[in-house]
Amino acid sequence: MNGESLRDLWLTYQSTVAFIGLNGLLALSVYTTLSCGQLSLAQAGFMALGSYASAILTLHTSAPFPVVLLAGTLVPAVVAIPLGLPVLRLKGVFLAIATIGFGEVVRIFFVNLDFTNGALGLVAIPQRTGLVAIYLALAGALFILWRIRGSRAGYALEAIREDEPAARTMGIHASAYKLSMVVLGAGFAGLAGALDAHFNFIVAPANYSFGRVVDMLVYAVVGGTTVFYGPVVGAAFLTLLPEVLREVGSRVGLQPGPLRLFVNGLVLLLVILFLPNGIVSLPRRVRRWLETRRAAAHAA
Amino acid sequence: MGQQIVNGLFLGSIYALFALGYTLVFGVLDILNLAHQAVFMLCAYVALALVVHLHLPMPIAFPLAVVAGGLLGVVVDRLAFRPLRGRSDSNISGLISSIALATILEALALQFFGPDVERFPFGIVPDRSLRLGDAVISELQLVIIGIAVSMLAVLTWVLRRTTLGRRIRAVAENPVAARVLGVNVDRVIASSFFVSSALGGAAGVLFGLAFNSVSPDMGRTVELKGLAVIILGGMGSMPGAAIAGFALGLLEVFTVAKIGSSYRDAVAFGVLFLVLVVRPRGLLGPAALREA
Amino acid sequence: MLLSLTDVRRTFGGLHAVDGVGFQVDTGEVHGLIGPNGAGKTTLLNLVSGLIRPTGGAISLEGRRIERLPSHRIAALGITRTYQNIRLFPALSAAENVLVGSHLRRVDPLWKRMIFVPGYRREEADALQWALSLLARVGMEDRAAERASSLSYGEQRRVEIARALASGPRVLLLDEPTAGMNPSEVASIAALIKEVARSGQSVLLVEHNVKLVMDVCDRITVLNFGKVIADGTPGEVAGDRAVIAAYLGGE
Repeated sequence: MNGESLRDLWLTYQSTVAFIGLNGLLALSVYTTLSCGQLSLAQAGFMALGSYASAILTLHTSAPFPVVLLAGTLVPAVVAIPLGLPVLRLKGVFLAIATIGFGEVVRIFFVNLDFTNGALGLVAIPQRTGLVAIYLALAGALFILWRIRGSRAGYALEAIREDEPAARTMGIHASAYKLSMVVLGAGFAGLAGALDAHFNFIVAPANYSFGRVVDMLVYAVVGGTTVFYGPVVGAAFLTLLPEVLREVGSRVGLQPGPLRLFVNGLVLLLVILFLPNGIVSLPRRVRRWLETRRAAAHAA
Repeated sequence: MGQQIVNGLFLGSIYALFALGYTLVFGVLDILNLAHQAVFMLCAYVALALVVHLHLPMPIAFPLAVVAGGLLGVVVDRLAFRPLRGRSDSNISGLISSIALATILEALALQFFGPDVERFPFGIVPDRSLRLGDAVISELQLVIIGIAVSMLAVLTWVLRRTTLGRRIRAVAENPVAARVLGVNVDRVIASSFFVSSALGGAAGVLFGLAFNSVSPDMGRTVELKGLAVIILGGMGSMPGAAIAGFALGLLEVFTVAKIGSSYRDAVAFGVLFLVLVVRPRGLLGPAALREA
Repeated sequence: MLLSLTDVRRTFGGLHAVDGVGFQVDTGEVHGLIGPNGAGKTTLLNLVSGLIRPTGGAISLEGRRIERLPSHRIAALGITRTYQNIRLFPALSAAENVLVGSHLRRVDPLWKRMIFVPGYRREEADALQWALSLLARVGMEDRAAERASSLSYGEQRRVEIARALASGPRVLLLDEPTAGMNPSEVASIAALIKEVARSGQSVLLVEHNVKLVMDVCDRITVLNFGKVIADGTPGEVAGDRAVIAAYLGGE
């Protein structure tokens, strides 16, 4: 193998690894609200806000990268507050619909914004994101979620997820906790957006459609939403799987685009039907199945 | 002004038809079927294929496509919703499994039909028109409005006057009681899906004809507008969905005329937000929607 | 008076679930609330705990009006409860359930946890100890680590009571706590209720087990069709004609 193909190999490999990190962060942003029982699908909008805010800063100022990333994290987090306040009062599917609507409003807003070239978006954004930045961000998000688990706040969130009215009668201020999670998730999504903008050179409204947040939801659910690292497992699995299948697929004449979509949909369906707690629950399930087999064998 | 009204009613009739499909399933299962838009899209392709490859005339292709839509709906129920019945989180998980199925169907459409926009062959769509005051209404528009309205009428008749309709209403009201009274709840739900998806499929074919454009992503935008319609009309209210559908059609057309076409989609979401924040029950929906 | 209800009303559609109910609960008093099914007892508990709002009347805690407050504020003021159909958090263990109940008692050193400042570990150990001690009070300390959903009915009820006690409430609302329990379990619940009252906490007890109510309660209010038909000591209520008629005629 000569140096050129090795470099090509690294480049392809590197971008998959980068995407695993970014998708993991996006999956965590959906998870934050799921962890207190709310299905919020606004993350594509938050991601868009982070991407655009950071890209505008980079293109029009000489702000250092960490500042740019901070802006990308804070802008959606701040926007999440006035969005969350009225919307978190809504029940289940209504909240989902309202947040879907928000995501679309953001997208349409950017499509119509001349300052950012409307539908064409911003291009030629210098690549300032490296694998280190992505994985530092992911690690940071995982750290925060890890430390919340098992704390008073962490238990309050779990209680809200299990039974919100009952949790309230124990003095848990559910609305405040839910809003905090929405803001946190918005921050994660914005950070991922900022990193993504500076990795993929382009920021365009089409990247932040409803389909995008569906992807994030798929990663989180497939990985498992009962533990904080589940969504990252799901993101890794679903980012790698199409890469693996692409080789097989192209030989059979399947297009990579539809293939990825099909795999996402199929895996999500199978998980929801048969493994509702996601991939992370697989070891426990297998262990239990083996135990019952062993018990049956003993009895026989 | 008259022209806008005509266009608005025309667009609105398709929205109403589509939204009613959502409402029917939501009324019966308390779940939002997000695979509805995939059926919408696939039926347009079915009609296209029947016309292009089997050379069937539209008056034959249309009902066939609608029936195909209904059957597809039954499949959706069987695959995505029925296995989840009885699960405590069936609302959210049903939502998610329907999203999964929609994704699968879209992927299949993309793979087999390609991402490009297809059009109906020339001549399928009649191009005569007639004047109505200061408005021009094409034969196609008339036909579409007529079909939509008559399907609404048929739906109302089915729900009010037939045994199936009574059973659907019973299950929607109280599935446990209905089962106790001997109603085969699973079969009623499957029938509701059939009707709902037939409506959605019809909307898809009509939409495809109206804009002479069929593509794998045609369901996405309509899906979100459909959500705005049922929120505006009131979740679970059929008359609400119908009225709201026409209202949104008119609103969109007037927005395009007065403000510009780039804000056309924003209208739906603006309405959505306004309604959810100010009056979540919508026009005709039930009262208790906020959490305890 | 610690807790007082004045002319409390609640309608659902056309139904007067609670129709002008008034009574008072003193500090350290065990107050029973009995009546035939559908008399409005659970609705009343829902009103006091803030799950629903009354359509009329007033509920006061130490003179402060609470009927319009959100339920988490009411809990913060010292009113906690259990539920007729047991609402433990199924995925959490018994100890964790009680830990959630102690939410109001805990301080939140989340930032300490974030940067590993010592002190948070101590707080968490203390909280866990408190939870375990409460479980011991209801006789469930050796099942502390078990998932709530795998406990028996009677065991779940006991954990729920421990959870409601965890924040150190001034008024404990119990909604049919001994339903489905055997006599020895009922006796231990009775002892627990008396012990709670002795330590200065009040108990508002909704029950169908009339013998238990006569045994532990200082005063009893009897409801029927959303109205108070009797209010007094167990002795007074037992002999009341209206009460006897309601029970013989109602159920």
